[in-house]
Amino acid sequence: MDDIKRVIRDYVVKEYLEEGDDREITETTPLISGGIVDSFSMVSLKRFLERKYEIQIPDAEATTTAFDTVDSIAVVVGRFQKARA
Amino acid sequence: MAYSATVRESYQSELAGIREAGLFKEERYIHAPQAADIDVEFPVGAPPRRVINLCANNYLGLSSHPEVIAAAHAGLDHRGYGMSSVRFICGTQDIHRELESRLTAFLGTEDTLLFPSCMDANAGVFEAVLTDQDVMIADRLVHASIVDGMRLCKALQDTFKHSDMAHLEEKLQEHRDKRFRMIITDGVFSMDGDIVKLDEIVALAERYDAMVCVDDSHATGFIGKTGRGTHEHCGVMGKIDIITTTLGKAMGGASGGCVSGRRELVEMCRQRARPYLFSNTVAPVIVAGALKVLELLSGSTERRDKLEWNARYWRKLLTEAGFDIKAGESPIVPVMLYNAKLAQDVARDLFAEGIYVVGFFFPVVAKGQARIRTQLSAAHEKHHLDRGIEAFTKVGKKYGILGKTKQEVIEQYGL
Repeated sequence: MDDIKRVIRDYVVKEYLEEGDDREITETTPLISGGIVDSFSMVSLKRFLERKYEIQIPDAEATTTAFDTVDSIAVVVGRFQKARA
Repeated sequence: MAYSATVRESYQSELAGIREAGLFKEERYIHAPQAADIDVEFPVGAPPRRVINLCANNYLGLSSHPEVIAAAHAGLDHRGYGMSSVRFICGTQDIHRELESRLTAFLGTEDTLLFPSCMDANAGVFEAVLTDQDVMIADRLVHASIVDGMRLCKALQDTFKHSDMAHLEEKLQEHRDKRFRMIITDGVFSMDGDIVKLDEIVALAERYDAMVCVDDSHATGFIGKTGRGTHEHCGVMGKIDIITTTLGKAMGGASGGCVSGRRELVEMCRQRARPYLFSNTVAPVIVAGALKVLELLSGSTERRDKLEWNARYWRKLLTEAGFDIKAGESPIVPVMLYNAKLAQDVARDLFAEGIYVVGFFFPVVAKGQARIRTQLSAAHEKHHLDRGIEAFTKVGKKYGILGKTKQEVIEQYGL
């Protein structure tokens, strides 16, 4: 797991899993469709990524599909990092 | 655009998808006033059958109370049927303001504004009082209407883990730079029946200079020693900045809601809350009924005391029978089944046994948290609950779930 993916996974575990919830989050674990993150609370994840990587992710790009796995979120982050560079 | 065959087919296909996903909602027709015993036509076309209602929000049993009905009749005679106007043109009667004053006194706040529903109150309140310089920090299990209201507001949105005060504190620290912080929560959470830790929230709000907004729809009228709500239960009367609540549950159950709280915040809603500004308010007949409800509740705690007894008794019966229930003290008692199909099957079999309950599953509750939500009422007598547990026990035995742990139920039925 590369750095960005590890950062995303660690944030998801800390921000969304309840204490005692020891589910393993992998790169392909469905986060939103799997009921771990809901669309209402995913705004904090988007804001965290924007701050951490100094990027702006337009709301239209932060869809529930694009944010459904660590892998797909990393793709979004990578795209906007490139756009910034 | 015409409603072409292609458009129709597109919607038909979407509806079929909802049905296939097991999420299609069907109404059941009740051929009687709302009460503990009701006559239900289900499926459509079947002869109505008498069942015990264990899924209404009729907490205080006032939906069909004779004095409330008489007061509503009198209201109809004296103030008419409709207003045909929004409040600020010519849609406000003396009794609307009287009800707002009575609610203010009952809730122990500074002022109150009626809305057509609490859904509307929640949809309008945040946009009316917060701007893009502010932040809203909500419990993750707040009601859908709060989620919608927050989405309509330009203030930054954030959430904290359900009832997790340490996580809320982190969020308050994170948003220290904002002009205003507002903590938003339900008073009693509708799916789990647990009560907010409002005393701890108020303490954090004081430490981090935040306002507090509570939706007390599942609390007003019966939670707290005199039924004022979760702020009374938690010993923080007068410290809540905004209470939104409904007349559509314990308070007669017809319709209508309100925003009650700090004078200036309520006034901001009167000036800016769009559901208040652009729709008629509560009809006179309902206002008259609600005034009678408040009179009944202010004179006696008998009904909320009976509800408390019923809830305790029902929790004891379910626990002794071997059901896995969510612990708590509210009259919302979820019977945990974890598996969505099992929840639906048990609810269907209970209906056949004369008990009306509904199964809830994802996305209404978290995945793997399917349940039957039972709700008590002061209209229930002991014999209703004794009959209820007989049916629950019979069905529980059929599915082999009595005395089983969560893990055992999951092993047997899957998630």
